[in-house]
Amino acid sequence: MEYFLTEQQKLIRNIARRIAEERIIPVRAELDEKEQFPWEIIKDIANADLFRIFIPEQYEGMGEGSFALCIAVEELSRACAGVALTYAADALGAFPILLYASEKQKQQYLPAIASGMRLTAFGLTEPGAGSDAGAIKTTAKRDGDSYILNGTKQFITNGGEAEIYTIIALTDPTKGARGASAFIVEKETPGFTFGKKEKKMGIRCSATRELVFHNCRIPKENLLGKEGLGFIVTMKTLDSSRPGVGALAIGLAQGALEAAVAYARQRVQFGHPVSAIQAVQHMLANMAMELEAARALVYATAKTIDSGAKDFTEEGAMAKVFATDMAMKVTTDAVQVFGGAGYMRDYPVEKMMRDAKINQIYEGTNQVLRNVIALELLRRKGLRE
Amino acid sequence: MTIQIDLEKCTGCSLCVPVCPFGVMELVNDKARVKEGCNLCGACVDACTFDAIKIEKAEQKVSEGYKGVWVFAEQRDGKLKSVAYELVSEGRKLADKLGTELGAVCLGHNIKDVEHLFQYGADKVYLADDPTLADHQEDLYTELLLNLIKKYRPEILIAGATSMGRSFVPRVAALLYTGLTADCTRLDIDPETKLLLQTRPTFGGNVMATIMCQAKRPQMATVRPHVFKKGTHHKERKGQIIKVDFKKEAVTARTKLVKFIEDLSEKVKLDEAEIIVSGGRGLGKPENFQIIKELAEVLGAAVGSSRPPVDEGWIPYSHQVGQTGKTVCPKLYIACGISGSVQHIAGMGTSECIIAINEDPNAPIFQVATYGIVGDLFKVIPMLTEKLKRSRGPV
Amino acid sequence: MNIIVCIKQVPGTTEIKIDPKTNTLVREGVKSIINPFDTYALEEGVRLKERYNGKVTVITMGPPQAEEALRETISLGADEAILLSDRAFAGSDTWATSYVLSKAVAKITNYDIVICGRQTLDGDTGQVGPELSEMLKLPFVSYVSKVEEIKDKHIRVQRMIEEGHEVIETTLPAVITVVKEINVPRLPSLRGSMKAKTAKIPVWTAADIGAEVDKSGIPGSPTRVVKIFFPKREHKSEIFQGTVEEQVAKLVERLEKII
Repeated sequence: MEYFLTEQQKLIRNIARRIAEERIIPVRAELDEKEQFPWEIIKDIANADLFRIFIPEQYEGMGEGSFALCIAVEELSRACAGVALTYAADALGAFPILLYASEKQKQQYLPAIASGMRLTAFGLTEPGAGSDAGAIKTTAKRDGDSYILNGTKQFITNGGEAEIYTIIALTDPTKGARGASAFIVEKETPGFTFGKKEKKMGIRCSATRELVFHNCRIPKENLLGKEGLGFIVTMKTLDSSRPGVGALAIGLAQGALEAAVAYARQRVQFGHPVSAIQAVQHMLANMAMELEAARALVYATAKTIDSGAKDFTEEGAMAKVFATDMAMKVTTDAVQVFGGAGYMRDYPVEKMMRDAKINQIYEGTNQVLRNVIALELLRRKGLRE
Repeated sequence: MTIQIDLEKCTGCSLCVPVCPFGVMELVNDKARVKEGCNLCGACVDACTFDAIKIEKAEQKVSEGYKGVWVFAEQRDGKLKSVAYELVSEGRKLADKLGTELGAVCLGHNIKDVEHLFQYGADKVYLADDPTLADHQEDLYTELLLNLIKKYRPEILIAGATSMGRSFVPRVAALLYTGLTADCTRLDIDPETKLLLQTRPTFGGNVMATIMCQAKRPQMATVRPHVFKKGTHHKERKGQIIKVDFKKEAVTARTKLVKFIEDLSEKVKLDEAEIIVSGGRGLGKPENFQIIKELAEVLGAAVGSSRPPVDEGWIPYSHQVGQTGKTVCPKLYIACGISGSVQHIAGMGTSECIIAINEDPNAPIFQVATYGIVGDLFKVIPMLTEKLKRSRGPV
Repeated sequence: MNIIVCIKQVPGTTEIKIDPKTNTLVREGVKSIINPFDTYALEEGVRLKERYNGKVTVITMGPPQAEEALRETISLGADEAILLSDRAFAGSDTWATSYVLSKAVAKITNYDIVICGRQTLDGDTGQVGPELSEMLKLPFVSYVSKVEEIKDKHIRVQRMIEEGHEVIETTLPAVITVVKEINVPRLPSLRGSMKAKTAKIPVWTAADIGAEVDKSGIPGSPTRVVKIFFPKREHKSEIFQGTVEEQVAKLVERLEKII
C-alpha cells in the first residue's frame, strides 16, 4: 500500500531496515537467550542518526514527527521487538522534555538525546500504581533550592541503562492526582539507585528495572513545567507514544507473518507445501488483513498527530489496542503455521509470540484503553468530528 | 591503439557480445559497437566468424639491452623461504628457454644456505647481507632492488606474492615504469617474441588471462607460494655470489620497526604442512572445530579454515586458507563443511590430493576434489578419525 | 587532519559464470558496489577524522557511473568526493591507474594520509597502493590492521604479515593499505544520506589534473592482456556412495595409500 513517504522518510526506513537485517537479526536469538542489553546495536542506531528523528532541528535533531518515528520503530521491531522497545522507550522518556521543558532544559538535554549517546527512560509505574496511576506514592519534597525524592518506581524500561530519567512524583500528596509533578533525574545522582533487573517472558534484551529514590536530592531547575502539571505531562506523553507502541506491534507481526509464509512455502507434508492447504491459506490471509488494517490505523493516527491535532487520545488508544491485539493473534498464529518447529527456540516465531504479550499490557492495558475509547466515543456522541 | 568494427562485414550476429569479459560490446542498429572500457584483449576478434573486428596495436619502443631472468629470493630472519626455491626452479626453466642466465637477489642479514639457490638452478646470487637489512624494511629493499636492476638489467624478474613481495615489488615496478602482473599461475616464454607470457585467473577464476609487458623492462611477475613446485635439487651445482655494495648512508628507511609480535597459535605450520584438515561454515559453531582438530591430530596434520569461520571469530586468521589467506599445496587437503568458493580454491587448488566432505552434492568443492563424500560431516569425520586411529595407532 | 581515501567501484560479483552450452560469459544481474576492502579504508579514514578532527576526501578513477559509489561514501561519513573520469583513462593497468590517482592527489595538495584497501575484488593485484606511494614519493605501509596513534606528524600502526604482526612507525604524510581486520564499517547515517543526495561531486579530467595522455589508459599501461581463454575442466572426482560406514571405509582405503 502506498503511504506517500517523503524522501527523508524513505531514507529512515531504508537505514532502519539495514540495521535490522545486518545488525539485529544475526544476534537477536542470542540477546534473547542471554537477556543482554543491545548496546552495540544502540550504537549502530545512534550512528545512523535514528535518535535524531524525533528531536527538533534546533536541538541537533531531524525535526521529523510521529509518522517517521513509527516507520523506524516498525523496521527495527520486524527484527526484534526488544531492540525496538529500547529505542521506542527512549522516545517515551524524551517526550516530557520535548513537550514541557523550558528552553534552557531543552538546550541542556535534547542534543545529547539526539545523538543517542545518553538514553532516557520514563518513570511513572509503581508497585501500587499500575493502571491506577493516580495511586503513585513517590514524593518530591521542596527543600530550599532542591527537591528531595523518596519512593520506588517499578517495571521501568531502560532502567539502569538510561542516563536521563523523567520521573512523575507527588509534590503535594494532599491533592491526589493534581499534586503530581514531573522531574528530570540523572543517573549517578546520590540517593538514586536501581533495583533488580526483571526476568521477563519476552522482550528479554530490553532492560526492565526498579528505580529506588532514597532522599535523592535534585536541583529545583529539574522540575518540568510547573508543580501540579505531572498528570497532564503523563497523559500527553503517553498519548504521544501510543502510535509508537502500535508501530512496534506492526513490525513484530510483519516479521512473524514473513517467517510463517516462508516456512509454509517450503515445508512439505502429504506431498505438497503446507501453503497449498486452504486452511493454512485462510490463516495467512487473515493475518495479512489484520496486519494491514492495523498498519493503516497506526499510520493514520501518526499523521493526525503530525498535522498538529490538539487532542488525539482516542485515536492513539485505538491504534494501540487494535495493533497490539492483532500482533498477539498474528504471532500466535505464526507459531501454529510453523507447527511443532514453531515451538522450538531454533526458529524465531516463539520469541515473537512471547514478545507480543506485553504490548497488550503496558502503556495502558487494552482494557483501560477500551474505557478511554468508550468515554471519548460517548463524549462525541459517536459522531465523526 | 584501436579496435575497429568493419560495418560492412558485421552481420549483427551478436556472437561478440557475450564473450566480452568487460561487457563493453553492444549491438546498435544491428551492428556491433564498442563501448568505453575496452581492454583490447581480443576475445571478440576470436569469436567473430566474419572477420569484422580488427585490433591494431601501436608499435611500442622496446627497451634495449636487457638480458637474464632474475628471481627475488625472499628470506625472513636469515632463512630462505620455500617460495624462493620454487621460483628459482621455475626461473631455471624460463632461463633455459631463453638461453640466458638465472640470477637470484637475496637481501637480508645472516642469510643461511645461499648455496642452495645454486643447487636449485641459479647461476648467480646477488647478495646484500647487512645488519641494517635485518628488519626487512621495504624502503631499503626497494632502493636496493631498483639499483641492482638498473645496474644489471635483467629482462625478467619474478618474486613471491607474499606480504613482502606484494608490498615492495610494485614500488620497484612503479619507479621503473614497467609492467607487473600479480598472482601468476603459469609462466611461459613466447617462442616468437621471446617475451614472458604471464597467465593468471581473472573474474573469479572462470576466465584465464595471458598478459604481456611488451616494451618495458624488466617484465615483472609475482607468483603465490606453492603454485610452482620446487624442482630437482642438484647438490653439486655451483654458482657465483656477487656481493652487493651499497652505501648504507645513502639509503635510509622512512619506516621504523618498533616491534614484532609473532603469531604462536599454530602447532604445525600451515604453509609447510604435508597434510591439512580444514573446516568451513558447515561446522556451524566454533566448538565444532574440535572435530577437525581430532582428525588433524590422528593424521599429524595442520588445521586450516576457509574465510567464514575466521570472519566469525571461530579461529584465528593465521589458519585461513584462500585468496586473502594462505596458499597451501600439501600432499593431502581435507575440506570439511567447506563449499569451495573460488576464493578458497585459489588457496588450495593445487594440493596433490583433495578430499571433500559436504552435505550439498552441488558444492563447488566437489569439482576440484579427488575424492568426495556427500554426507553429514558430524557423522563422517568422527567415524574417519576412529577408523584411522585404530589402523595407525597413537601418533 | 586531511585524509584521502582511494576507492574503486567493482561488479558486485566477480564470479562471471560461463554458460556451459555456448561457452560464453553470463553477465546479467550484476550490480556495482564499492570494493569491499575500500569500505574498510573509508571507515578508517572517517574514524581518524573523528579521533583527530579533520576531513575525508574520497577519490576514484572510473566511468561516469562510479559517481554512485562516491555518493555512497558521503552517506558513510566522507566530507567530499571527486570523480576522475576521462576517456583517456579507460583500459588502465595498475601503473596507469596509480599515475592518474597520483596526479589527483597532487592536485589536492594539502593532505596528511592516503588510505587504500588492500586489493580489489576484480583485479586483486594489490598493486595500486604501493605504486601510488612511489609516485607520490611517500612512505608506505601495507596490510595495516590497526592505527595505534598519530602524533606530531608521526603515525604508529600494526601491520599483519604471514608470521604475525609488526608495529611500524613512520612520518606523515604517508600511504597505507588496510585489511578488513582493522574495523567494522558503519552503516550509512541519515544525515550522511541526506548530504549524499545533494552533494556536488566534481569530475576531474586528464586536463584538470595534468595527466599526460600517453601515461594514462591503454597507451600508458606497460602490461596488456593478449589472450582471454576459458580453462578446460578435465577433472574427475570420485564421490563415494553408500552408507556412512561404506563411504568412510572406501575413503580410508584410499588414504592408506597416500599417507
